[in-house]
Amino acid sequence: MTGAKAIVTSLEQEGVTTVFGYPGAAICPVYDCLSESPICHILVRQEQNAGHAAAAYGRISGRPGVCITTSGPGALNLLTALATAYMDSIPLVAITGQVPSDQLGRDVFQEADITGAAEPFTKHSFLVKDAADIPRIMKEAFYLAGTGRPGPVLIDVPLDVQNRELDFAYPDGVSIRGYHPSTRANPLQLRRVTEAVAAARRPVICAGGGVFSAGAREKMQAFAEQCRIPVVTTMMGLGLMPSSHPLYLGMLGSFGCSAANYAIHHSDLLILIGARAGDRAMRQPGVLERRTRIIHIDIDPAEIRKNMEANIPLVADAGLVLEQLCQSCEAADTGMWLAELKEKQGAGAVFFDRPGFVSPYRLITSLTERLDSDAVYVADVGLNQIWSARWARIKEGRFLTSGGMGTMGYALPAAMGARLATTTRQVVAVMGDGGFQMSMQELATLCQHDIPVKMVVFRNDCLGLVRQIQKQDYGERYEAVDLAGSPDFAALAQVYGIRTMTISENDEIDNAVQALLSDEKSFLLQCLVSPDEPAV
Amino acid sequence: MKHTISVLVENHAGVLSRITGLFSRRGFNIDSLAVGVTEDKTVSRMTIVVEGDAYTVEQLEKQLNKVVDVIKVRTIPQQDLISRELMLIKCTATGRTRSEILDIAKIMDANIVDLTKTTMTLEICDLPERLDLLEELLKAYNIQEVMRTGTIALQKGSAAVSVK
Repeated sequence: MTGAKAIVTSLEQEGVTTVFGYPGAAICPVYDCLSESPICHILVRQEQNAGHAAAAYGRISGRPGVCITTSGPGALNLLTALATAYMDSIPLVAITGQVPSDQLGRDVFQEADITGAAEPFTKHSFLVKDAADIPRIMKEAFYLAGTGRPGPVLIDVPLDVQNRELDFAYPDGVSIRGYHPSTRANPLQLRRVTEAVAAARRPVICAGGGVFSAGAREKMQAFAEQCRIPVVTTMMGLGLMPSSHPLYLGMLGSFGCSAANYAIHHSDLLILIGARAGDRAMRQPGVLERRTRIIHIDIDPAEIRKNMEANIPLVADAGLVLEQLCQSCEAADTGMWLAELKEKQGAGAVFFDRPGFVSPYRLITSLTERLDSDAVYVADVGLNQIWSARWARIKEGRFLTSGGMGTMGYALPAAMGARLATTTRQVVAVMGDGGFQMSMQELATLCQHDIPVKMVVFRNDCLGLVRQIQKQDYGERYEAVDLAGSPDFAALAQVYGIRTMTISENDEIDNAVQALLSDEKSFLLQCLVSPDEPAV
Repeated sequence: MKHTISVLVENHAGVLSRITGLFSRRGFNIDSLAVGVTEDKTVSRMTIVVEGDAYTVEQLEKQLNKVVDVIKVRTIPQQDLISRELMLIKCTATGRTRSEILDIAKIMDANIVDLTKTTMTLEICDLPERLDLLEELLKAYNIQEVMRTGTIALQKGSAAVSVK
């Protein structure tokens, strides 16, 4: 068969049923083979969104998402999505067409050195020189993307390689001599963790996205419950505990909950699991190092001691560790500590009702109360992300956002991808009017492929978070934050045939949310919010 | 403090740029980097000399290990280090100064590899400090060109940094 056929057959062998992409001349052989494959191709309206959609698909399905683009600009448009996935350790396989191998390096039409450009943002990349390598490379790409610390893997395939013949045999396993992620915990370190947990009176778990990567949400809950240890999460860890769980204190960090920050700063044992102590979550790791003992559990050895010292480092798969800890640890004596933390909770912010505007707090609260318990909530970036992270009540569902890179325009394509990874779950994308306008061309994709996504657009006609920075730190000299000229998004969505509603008062919220969630079709709810609505 | 790191990598195109990209991206300052194929033709060995504290070296080792094309990383302890560097150095040599340069070459165990009416080119393979010394000594003779390979190193004794 041809190289292109081998690529598509490999995808089928990997169990891929949906891919996201955008064709072009240099990837035409692959698209030609896709037409004969049961794999469903979702045609996005810009390649970056194929990357985001595939990444979100991967986050929900637990298997690497797949995106396909052509060479040059097609591949380059993927870069932001690759970097977004890389920062958040999301499994993703990106396949790009490339100019014919004999023309590589000559700056021919639509040539870009994409493996070079994507090098800092990919876990690994391949430039395929020989069609015979395709089955092995495809197998390795999926393995690399999905195992260890997950991440994006790029496969760049020159046009002539796609057309060359090879004998196809899909390998059963991989053997990569430079890649052996350690998953099993060192027994000695594990014993030290057990002892530290037993000795702690003020322990706290800080859980991050790595726990989701390990598929260990239930195990983490079980461990916390069994040992009666309170839990805070990073933004990537939101949803690991139901918001209403008595041991859950909320998200930590600069935009986090005060109880969560209080807990880590007054703990005598901080158990970091699948979290990298990023600057948004822990602004002063040095202070914490002096105050508390730190256990750091991560599958990536390079995360240990990168941002924060660890008294007990443990390199392993979070799921395996938690399973073992559930066996070795007993309920800790944390009664006093939990009571102290209970007092810190509840002292929430004060909200003002502003006539003519919707309160994001009230909207998000009402929305997440009414969502199905397994719904997927996708937040964009900006004020809406901070509001969502603080107030969205997650039950058994998921909270997806671009945590590390903070990529605006993430939510709509990601919601699209998430929805396709599940047949029944509600998916809601919550965005600001800035982020929405970065990816609103995907409304067409929703319509074309009949993907039901519930959209909420907080409209303040400005770039709210940047405006706030200018308000606080730049003497209210507002520059380039006014989004005047934006259309009525409800009217716009209607042109696509999407049902909509616009609200500007809090007493309209309940009806609007009901309408948003009433049926199985896409819906766009435009909410007018005040430009002065604060982040926290 | 200087650290010498021995790295085994897959011997194929693009690996060097992955490694050097990592250095600049993560802010590691490299003193020297030398690459050559090993007894196994599919594997290259890099010797990297880096200036930094223990944290820097630990991070560098860990980040190198994350590169899929990197097979093995090992910092060679200072006391176990066999290291060499090769230098070619061309300076002005006229009838009057030629014998003086010859004397220096003899003392430093350097070879004369090229000679013209006006220049002399020396070759030395030794510890980097000795190369520095030779360069210093030849400064008086108007150095025209210097080429150094960067340090290569192996570990003393039977211990080996190998693929197995």
